[in-house]
Amino acid sequence: MLLNYLKIAWKVLLRHPFYTFITLFGITLTLTVLMVLTSFLDHLFGAHYPEGNRNRSLYITMMMQTDSARESVNTGPYSFQFLKRHAKTLKSAERVSIASMFGFSNSYVGGKRIKLNTKFTDADFWHVTNYKFLEGKPYNDQTIAQGERVVVITDDLKKQYFEESTESVIGKTIEIESITYKVMGVVRGGPPTRVYTYADVFFPYTAPKSNYQNAGMRGGYQAIVLAKTPGDRPEIQAEYDNAIRQIPLPAKENGFTFSVIVAKADTYFDGFLRTFLRSDNEPNRLAFYGIASLVLLMFMGLPAINLVNVNVSRMLERASEIGVRKAFGAPSQTLLGQFIIENIFITFIGGVFALGLSYLIIYYINSSGLIAYADLTINWVVFVTSLGVCLLFGLLSGVLPALKMSRLKIVDALKA
Amino acid sequence: MIHLKNVEKVYRTSSIETLALSNINLHIQKKEFVSIMGPSGCGKSTLLNIMGLLDAPSQGTMELDGNPVNNFQDKALARLRNEKLGFIFQSFHLINDLSVLDNVEIPLLYRRSSARERRLLAQQALEKVGLSNRMSHFPRQLSGGQKQRVAIARAIVGRPEIILADEPTGNLDSAMGNEILSILQQLNSEGATIVMVTHDEAMAKRTHRLVRLFDGSQVL
Repeated sequence: MLLNYLKIAWKVLLRHPFYTFITLFGITLTLTVLMVLTSFLDHLFGAHYPEGNRNRSLYITMMMQTDSARESVNTGPYSFQFLKRHAKTLKSAERVSIASMFGFSNSYVGGKRIKLNTKFTDADFWHVTNYKFLEGKPYNDQTIAQGERVVVITDDLKKQYFEESTESVIGKTIEIESITYKVMGVVRGGPPTRVYTYADVFFPYTAPKSNYQNAGMRGGYQAIVLAKTPGDRPEIQAEYDNAIRQIPLPAKENGFTFSVIVAKADTYFDGFLRTFLRSDNEPNRLAFYGIASLVLLMFMGLPAINLVNVNVSRMLERASEIGVRKAFGAPSQTLLGQFIIENIFITFIGGVFALGLSYLIIYYINSSGLIAYADLTINWVVFVTSLGVCLLFGLLSGVLPALKMSRLKIVDALKA
Repeated sequence: MIHLKNVEKVYRTSSIETLALSNINLHIQKKEFVSIMGPSGCGKSTLLNIMGLLDAPSQGTMELDGNPVNNFQDKALARLRNEKLGFIFQSFHLINDLSVLDNVEIPLLYRRSSARERRLLAQQALEKVGLSNRMSHFPRQLSGGQKQRVAIARAIVGRPEIILADEPTGNLDSAMGNEILSILQQLNSEGATIVMVTHDEAMAKRTHRLVRLFDGSQVL
């Protein structure tokens, strides 16, 4: 029966090439945008280089200090010392890394200025992330303790600073803000969209200007907590929450007295939402999900409404077929199924075109340098999501016309 | 087999009410070959549609094998049409996008039969109407007579007890019309009950019984 449906769907497509072009063009365009968007969201939130462990990581990035009425609020990253005391000591974690948010600096080579993004990290940073060392090795606890002036740089900075050198630059020196550092390792760079791990140059946290000894709660640091398994994360979150609860309050920092601290160990996406919404309030999160779903539905819904009209016209041409099928025993429900299957089939043809087009667009984004080290892909997650989107779009644009046509009276359908 | 009691059919629009059938009482016996005649617009096709469960009477009852079907839901009616009835239409109503064989298979799609079984039964039905050499053709490639023979094959492929033919020879020349009627007579002799709407007196005379309609009423 399915083959019979698909044969018909294919023949109907061939019957009016222009109609078919318009239909497929609309479907392809909509699905292409959705696929590229899905790929971009996967790029932002998925577990990719150098955060391949994101699925079993927690991010401690922002602290909110507020008074009991929540009228005055101070929000920002943590101090190194606070994280050392409350995050580094988490027993249920496999490893905890502390690193600064990325900062800015300059370096000069041959009179040319190189703008740098810098990051101060501990040794665990190289275990929590999966940066690939192209040359040399990461600094360790001993290097840090001895206060050695060493750095790890990205392959891109190597190219800029050492002028396309093909030789190893390990042991060579690099001058940043008038201080000379020895290059200890060269890593393949990561995209700036992964803000907690991105930088051009990585310093041990004991390097000058790291401010790691600041005694307050807030500073310029964040922690990435690696769990043994994704399932261990709730236990770590509970342990961290408990550690935060032990902090005596009210407290005072930079002249601001606060009696409430909101400090959480979040999954990457939850952390993003918390920063984005500036709230840990559940109704706000639900509202966000609601609005996001509505936007997505509208984005698919508007072209789907257009397609509904096209589909109704296409199906009206087939009224006689509907009459015949019903006369020979097809229940309305079966016909409804037939038209939906046909519509999904057509949507999937559009999906194949969209997949090809998305590949081209993603290739362009990756190679254009719009986002440094962009690694947008159509992986399994994106592909399966795209399939789901195709299915949803097919249903959205097919159900209504199918319902209308399947309810046609047999005698009327035969007369058409 | 088919029993109509006091059947009435009224078509209503917002402003007009048209009485298409009035007080029809008709009993069609098993293995009968009945023709329905009357001028255009007298309600012949409406009557056939009601007998074929394609339309519902406004009043009165319609019984099939002694069971009133007036209150049957869509699914039950579809099943009855599929198992007990076969239709032949004046304008053939073949699906142009499907091959002859696929067209004939349609009634079997709504039964639990395998693809192989469907193919076999469709081939047998086409052999019966002398079209075994046109199975992979498409309706557009056939003559009117051949199309009607495909329509007959489609009507009989599910081995229904009743065949309802709405002017099956109306679009054909007399030689082809005779050929189609011969096929119907053959099916009737093999046990099928046939009700045929026709304009042709000569054709009607070749059936067992003639029912005449005028302005929606039976003429005695």
